[in-house]
Amino acid sequence: MSERIIDPATKGWAASWYEASARARIDGLLDTGSFREVIGPEQRRMSPHLPLFDLPRAFDDGMIVGSGRLDGQPVLVAAQEGRFMGGAFGEVHGAKLVGLLRAALALKPAAVLILFDTGGVRLQEANAGETAIAEVMRAITQLRAAGVPVIGLIGGRAGAYGGGGLIAATCSRLVVSEGGRISVSGPEVIETNKGAEEFDSRDRALVWRTMGGKHRRLTGGADAYADDTVAAFRQAALDLIGRAPAFDLATLEAEQARLEQRLTRFGDCRDATEIWARLGVNDPEAVPALTTADFDALLARLGETTHDAR
Amino acid sequence: MEKLSFRHTTQNALAGAKAQAITGVVASGNLEVLLERALPATECTVEIETPIRGYGEVWAAVVADFVARAQPGGLRITINDGGARPDTVSLRLLQGARLMEV
Repeated sequence: MSERIIDPATKGWAASWYEASARARIDGLLDTGSFREVIGPEQRRMSPHLPLFDLPRAFDDGMIVGSGRLDGQPVLVAAQEGRFMGGAFGEVHGAKLVGLLRAALALKPAAVLILFDTGGVRLQEANAGETAIAEVMRAITQLRAAGVPVIGLIGGRAGAYGGGGLIAATCSRLVVSEGGRISVSGPEVIETNKGAEEFDSRDRALVWRTMGGKHRRLTGGADAYADDTVAAFRQAALDLIGRAPAFDLATLEAEQARLEQRLTRFGDCRDATEIWARLGVNDPEAVPALTTADFDALLARLGETTHDAR
Repeated sequence: MEKLSFRHTTQNALAGAKAQAITGVVASGNLEVLLERALPATECTVEIETPIRGYGEVWAAVVADFVARAQPGGLRITINDGGARPDTVSLRLLQGARLMEV
């Protein structure tokens, strides 16, 4: 365990989750001064692959892991720095998360919090990254089976894409903000493979209403919608720890049924606004501009977006 | 990757007792600075890894200016550069020294 390292952004910028660095998010999320980092930057556990490509490394490889307290409860936490190589999973980056999850199996904290901010696997070390994604998903299922909730927090500039989107789908519960996006293939990837007529990656409104926080929350892909503040994410994480579902056959069957029903009901929709209309939203075009309070009121009225599955 | 290394002697040790601090992120036009209180009181080293080659003289001037202003005696400073401009480097170094003082 290293001494806590602070970031000058903590105090001034902590208001916005999106703008904050990974370290600032951790400092604002956890009880003041409670974070203890493991394999801190002073240990210089950097990528062994990036020098081959003449690319700069980061002391923490863009992944910060450690322990702390959330409203007094012991938690383990991992945060991705989305500004370093798009928060991508490299060998060291992924291994730190796998190690944290395996440690949680022994330590049994009140929860593990994963602060996603990633474009997916780091292409320069893709094999190690892909392996890490699989190991993380396996570790999360083992942890959930042991009764430890794994809460994902998504509101960074890189969103949760690629393998990060897959990992997010294995979490017990997810918090997302307006700026957060959850998907596997990113907008540019879809456009490259299917053409701009299928998906125009420069159409920001399209990207957000297809992959953004409000759409994911409306269709049950995320379990809480938070304002873009560290305080809102903290409160949402606290609420979700208490509402994490059991990881048993009943939950998995409920999740399968939920996804099948969703496909049957919305599979022929060409745009998210059509889905929202079928959900019973009176004015789908107005959804992207709704304030958090109005959006929460809409969710409460629709009711069905809250489920016991996952 | 170009590796640069500078060693300076200061008039005094940097104030404060914090063992280490980190500031900045390795991103385009940015850099991360790791500071460790690991040297004798009037010594300071700055090691840099940068993908932008050929700017050794600019780095030397920015580091010398920082050492003169902050008197960071006792610090081992290590930098991973993402192609930051000299003014950003200067700002991060001063931010880092401030973090070590508080």
